[in-house]
Amino acid sequence: MESVGVEGVANEVRTAYESGKTRSLAWRRSQLKALQRLLYEEEEGMFRALKQDLGKHQAEAYRDEVGILIKSVNYALENLKKWMTPCRVPVPLLTFPTRGELVPEPLGVILIFSSWNFPIGLSLEPLIGAIAAGNAIVLKPSELAPASSNFLAKSVSKYLDSMSVKVVRGGPDVGQKLLEQKWDKIFFTGSSRVARIVMAAAAKHLTPVAVELGGKSPAIFDSLSSARDRKVAVERIVGAKWVPCSGQVCIGVDYVLVEEQFAPILIDQLKATLEKFYPRFDCLSRIINGQHFQRLSNLIKDPSVAATIIHGGSLDSETLFIEPTILLDPPLDAEIMNEEIFGPLLPIITVIVHVQVLTLPSRFQLKKIEDSIEFIRARPKPLVIYAFTKDEKLRSRITAETSSGSLTFNDTMIQFACDELPFGGVGGSGFGQYHGKFSFDMFSHTKAVLRRSFLLEFTFRYPPWDAWKLPFMRSVYHFDYVTLLLRVLGLKRG
Amino acid sequence: MGSGGEERGNGTGFDGAMAAELVAGLRRSFASRRTRSHEWRAAQLKGIVRMIDEKESAIMAALHEDLAKPQMESYLHEISLAKAACTFALKEMKCWMKPEKVPTSLTTFPSSAEIISEPLGVVLVISAWNYPFLLSIDPVIGALVAGNAVVLKPSEVAPATSYFFAKVLPEYIDNSCVKIVEGSIPETTALLEQKWDKIFYTGNGKVGRIVMAAAAKHLTPVALELGGKCPVLVDSSVDVKVAAKRIAVGKWGCNNGQACIAPDYILTTKSFAPTLVDAMKRTLEKFYGKDPLESADLSRIVNSNHFKRLMSLLDDENVSDTIVYGGQRDEQHLKIAPTLLLDVPHDSSMMKEEIFGPFLPIVTFDEVEDCIDFINSKSKPLAAYLFTKDRKIEDKFVKNVSAGGMLINDVALHLANPHLPFGGVGESGIGAYHGKFSFDAFSHKKAVLSRGFGGEAPARYPPYTPQKQRILRGLINGSIIALVLAILGFPRD
Repeated sequence: MESVGVEGVANEVRTAYESGKTRSLAWRRSQLKALQRLLYEEEEGMFRALKQDLGKHQAEAYRDEVGILIKSVNYALENLKKWMTPCRVPVPLLTFPTRGELVPEPLGVILIFSSWNFPIGLSLEPLIGAIAAGNAIVLKPSELAPASSNFLAKSVSKYLDSMSVKVVRGGPDVGQKLLEQKWDKIFFTGSSRVARIVMAAAAKHLTPVAVELGGKSPAIFDSLSSARDRKVAVERIVGAKWVPCSGQVCIGVDYVLVEEQFAPILIDQLKATLEKFYPRFDCLSRIINGQHFQRLSNLIKDPSVAATIIHGGSLDSETLFIEPTILLDPPLDAEIMNEEIFGPLLPIITVIVHVQVLTLPSRFQLKKIEDSIEFIRARPKPLVIYAFTKDEKLRSRITAETSSGSLTFNDTMIQFACDELPFGGVGGSGFGQYHGKFSFDMFSHTKAVLRRSFLLEFTFRYPPWDAWKLPFMRSVYHFDYVTLLLRVLGLKRG
Repeated sequence: MGSGGEERGNGTGFDGAMAAELVAGLRRSFASRRTRSHEWRAAQLKGIVRMIDEKESAIMAALHEDLAKPQMESYLHEISLAKAACTFALKEMKCWMKPEKVPTSLTTFPSSAEIISEPLGVVLVISAWNYPFLLSIDPVIGALVAGNAVVLKPSEVAPATSYFFAKVLPEYIDNSCVKIVEGSIPETTALLEQKWDKIFYTGNGKVGRIVMAAAAKHLTPVALELGGKCPVLVDSSVDVKVAAKRIAVGKWGCNNGQACIAPDYILTTKSFAPTLVDAMKRTLEKFYGKDPLESADLSRIVNSNHFKRLMSLLDDENVSDTIVYGGQRDEQHLKIAPTLLLDVPHDSSMMKEEIFGPFLPIVTFDEVEDCIDFINSKSKPLAAYLFTKDRKIEDKFVKNVSAGGMLINDVALHLANPHLPFGGVGESGIGAYHGKFSFDAFSHKKAVLSRGFGGEAPARYPPYTPQKQRILRGLINGSIIALVLAILGFPRD
């Protein structure tokens, strides 16, 4: 799109919204069905774009993006009418006859910023919610995934209502031009740094925002006695580190916490799994660009960090390839343990036993893995916490004592595919939740509507507020119908 | 630091460093997990109920000092609503705190999932001056029932009520987790520089923008309860006596119009206007007598700044000609009488800004549809009201007008219903509260998914054979066959 058109795009789309057409069930259905067709008919195009931008294998593209979108569109189509239906709320008997209900309405014009790692998935998933809620939309995909951006621009205009749903391509300058315009909600997926800029711009118009950020999502690896369980668990950890986009994933496992004595078992299993999954590395996505490649290289350049590499570590700046790398106990003050890694480097942290443990009475059996809880709590709240354990006590403690966007036991990644679970961060990992009905709600205003009739007046509501009226109101507010009746009948005063 | 929970601002040096120390202390208290138990939360709410019961006259006295608020209003609109919020929360709390089980699909079979509510942590509540008791304590109730630690910054424009909170509230709640900071711009700025887990602000759009901009630096989620011009559309198919009374009590019976949900202006048809104006005049005389400035049932204007602001709206020459009732004022006592205006120019300040005072302009149009268009030409208000017996007009209004909340055939009542979310949209605000919505506003809904180690799907992982890809397609889209194959471990390693 020409940059001269960007300045007016919010108004253009608002005009379409104000015509009222996006509000009808028919329009929303037609757009969702069109998305369905897009996802089926343009599959090859999506695979090609993702291969070009990230070297993604088509199975990965299907599993993590296309397939998920198909599921989400189907779920939205199935439930759309139900979501749109106002729901009745109880009203106190005292206010009879009164009817209360919650009426969902679209917010109006939505701006969606998506990120480069799942460029199609993270663009269309919020789009599904915004359409289901009856809004007009402008989508700005990440310029770091240009093939996907182009794909989205072409196919959105081919399949969807191009007056009400637009794609704007470009870099930060285009983003800035968009942020200067007035939106009814902004949905942002990306880094905290840019999220601050987005929210500051939104504040000027009092525009509500949702920000999906990241963080260092840990995996707690408790001892598992069954070898089969260990194998499954480690496959799932690998499945959340290198398998999706070579670790460039917000809900990936950033680092693993394990007791010192079990670290060797874990490491062996990790190596075995890596060998099984990657006899060659052609299934592995590449690093998105030179800048991120440099950032990741720098994380392991520090000698005190490099010394802790126990597997992998090779880099190829030509092909933007970084070998799956495992580190054992890198220094906790190194950048790799303070910034979100977002790449194929996996630190393993063996849980440190605190000196205080030695002063505990001997009848306490302190499981050292529980130190993970303290470790995690000392750090910003992550998008997700993973825990592999069969210990019910540990599970309860993790659930009650840690906070994260989501918490998943004994698996990874799949919470993303649950339409019934809200997806989003808390604290440093963001705010606002979507997926399933949560998407519909995120892009709606839930309007409270109360309907009364002209019957049944309570004259003591009105001035002049003589002394006798206040006790009356007290009875009303205590829902003390008996006393109220007595007062009305004049049988009780004061 | 003062004893108990009070912090005295106003030049006693509450700066960024003190604010940081305050927040750090609250974070330590929150980390001790004392706010998490049902017992602790219930104890705080019971403390507030006791405070309301024991100190009712002190509260009414403070409200009278700040706003000359009539006792009936203090009771009806502040004290009783605050108490009702506590009792409702006490009754429902256990239910709200329970994890919510949710169904899972074939894709993640076998698994169990639930949504757990957790407190956000340490939250900041900034309150307004017009309902200084309710608008301070109501969000604090929500924050406490959700298990958070709270800082309350009451409005300095209602100093007696602010002082009441600083002095009295600490006697009734847990001081290690609830703090009150008095003060004005410097103290609020110092607080806004800190990192909070949520900021809840009630007030105007100008300061709302400042609050959100400050929150943006830390990516803190906000709830903003703002205002706007709440329209009242009156159709001719009404019981005009009842309508006039309800409009009047919703306007002048609510702090003399200084309420975010008070009717700001009326719209009606040219043909019906005379009937309506007549009914309104008669109602006003019945409510406030021939000399409304002497009536004890009217709040005064909060301070001289607002008095001057209101006078400048009225004294505009194109506007003052349109007064059809009232207009009396007493600058010394900051009193303004209920005033009706008919056909005020649309481009006057009176029709462009939120009035927040005792003026009620009436604008007339040929058709009801034109009224709806006029409402939609302005930014979305906190509340929109319609008086009609015509079902078609009612449906059209509900469908086409967007507002925080909407009432048909009455005014303001919706805020007393704990089952309705109370909040704005667009310029009138972000977020909602009351009842369970308060609990939700101050909670994080954590998604918890549990799986076992069975039901493994090698199809998820590389190397990606064509067979694996087929199974994966079926699995993601919930096909039973694909699921069975996956469970059986196809393809075998």
